[in-house]
Amino acid sequence: MTQAPTILPSGDRALTFRIAEGIDAAANAEVIALAAALDAAGIDGVTERVPTYGSLLVCYDPERIRGAALERRLIDLHAALDVRAQPARLWRVPVHYGGEAGLDLETLAEEKRMSPEALVALHHGAEYRVFMIGFAPGFTYLGGLPEPLHTPRLRVPRQFIPAGAIGIGGRQASVNSVAGPSGWRFIGGTPVRPFDPKRRDPVLFAAGDRILFEPIDAATFDRLARRAAEGSPLIAPEGM
Amino acid sequence: MTVQDAGRRGMLRFGVSGAGPMDPDAMRMANALVGNPADAATLEFAFFGGAIRFGDDRMVAVCGAVRDLRIGGNPVAPWQSHLVRAGQEVTIGAMAEAVWGYVAIGGGIGTQPVLGARSTHLRTGIGGIEGRTLQAGDMLPLGGAEPMPMRKLGAPWRVRSGAIHVVPGPQDDRFGATAVTVFLRGPFTVTQKRDRMAMVLDGPRIHAEMGHDIVSDGTLPGSIQVPGSGQPLVLLSDRQTTGGYPKIATIASVDLPRLAQMVSSRPFRFTAISQSRAEDMLIAHRDSFSRALAEVETAR
Repeated sequence: MTQAPTILPSGDRALTFRIAEGIDAAANAEVIALAAALDAAGIDGVTERVPTYGSLLVCYDPERIRGAALERRLIDLHAALDVRAQPARLWRVPVHYGGEAGLDLETLAEEKRMSPEALVALHHGAEYRVFMIGFAPGFTYLGGLPEPLHTPRLRVPRQFIPAGAIGIGGRQASVNSVAGPSGWRFIGGTPVRPFDPKRRDPVLFAAGDRILFEPIDAATFDRLARRAAEGSPLIAPEGM
Repeated sequence: MTVQDAGRRGMLRFGVSGAGPMDPDAMRMANALVGNPADAATLEFAFFGGAIRFGDDRMVAVCGAVRDLRIGGNPVAPWQSHLVRAGQEVTIGAMAEAVWGYVAIGGGIGTQPVLGARSTHLRTGIGGIEGRTLQAGDMLPLGGAEPMPMRKLGAPWRVRSGAIHVVPGPQDDRFGATAVTVFLRGPFTVTQKRDRMAMVLDGPRIHAEMGHDIVSDGTLPGSIQVPGSGQPLVLLSDRQTTGGYPKIATIASVDLPRLAQMVSSRPFRFTAISQSRAEDMLIAHRDSFSRALAEVETAR
């Protein structure tokens, strides 16, 4: 346990169990461990749980468990947490740097006075951690972006960014999951579809997972993209 | 008009919104009137219905404040079921003093479930018919239905009136006491900027002393976010599952459908209650709704 948690009322069907207000890997690990402990506890009346950067949103049905009782259960679960015991899955995600989705690779390299190759090497040389899934189905917020790559978002978002685009937003990195508008900067694309409602596992990544990016060429991207379109997840996690 | 059932469950942690009806009671009532399970898929419309031609004989019920409802050209009443013959058209006019209405058809809408529900989520493009609003010419598959008598409510379903109840939090502490007072004094109206994701409110501007950015956390139907504009935003069924604006309060579950149904010109106020009181109200509301469903009777 690193910090004293705060429980914030969130209506009559949810509680927000806040562990930290900032972006911090240790606090996030604690949130994810609490989510796992909550799953394992199998508390009747708990309907959803949403781990985010520093909080766990816990939804409940007040007819089956009252908020006050759930609050006590959460405090006990948190007190008994062993954060170190949590295993983390590792995904190796193929990325074609540049290309159609990598709209910003050249300009970003120029802004940062490095070659596109050096920028790419920095990006795939780091290990990332999934802080949370949110905003859109399967949208993956990643921590671990090397400091030289931190880049503010665009003032005016672009209207169309494809699914699978590899993004940078401030000090965070992302794997886009569904096509749509975005103000992030994009340096490549993965043929992996983080969200495919037709697949047996519709959402691949989960909060707490580790991600390594592995460069692929355009021909490999095209070949893998065809398999992904047929419903293949392309990759499987290691370490479970 | 979209296909809506009870919505997706247990998917918020994957970033998948629940979707589902804006007025769950009206949807469930419509289903009960045609003999469907309460959470069968229905058609939800906003402001105005449309025309639906039936391919076979079916029971139909429209729940919503519609001005003009006809079957084969003959006026009929909403909030009760009617038999529609093969080839007949049900025409549903504009809503009076409300926004959302439901059409339940015996057997339910039988489109393919996606991620455990038939509900349409427009932004992701899943559920219903190709994840979009219905278009003229769409054919809707239906589930099987047994013949049954026409039904009506035992007594009119009364919706409470008065202030909209809210539970302060989760981030009311970021606003400061003055802002919370201003928020609770109101009054507010729902602006024209409203859809299944959210509705923007007009009224006094709400200023968060500690700023309008938080590290993103989970959102709920009824979360009241306040972005830098100071104009509160009430999140609804199709909202994004996480958000980075502070949330001053959450609308009590009993009052969220009432606010979703509020027409855009009518002023209203918020009143703060505790989480425990809001839970009591929700449990009592479910009891009275169950009694109303139990009193659905054969129409003479």
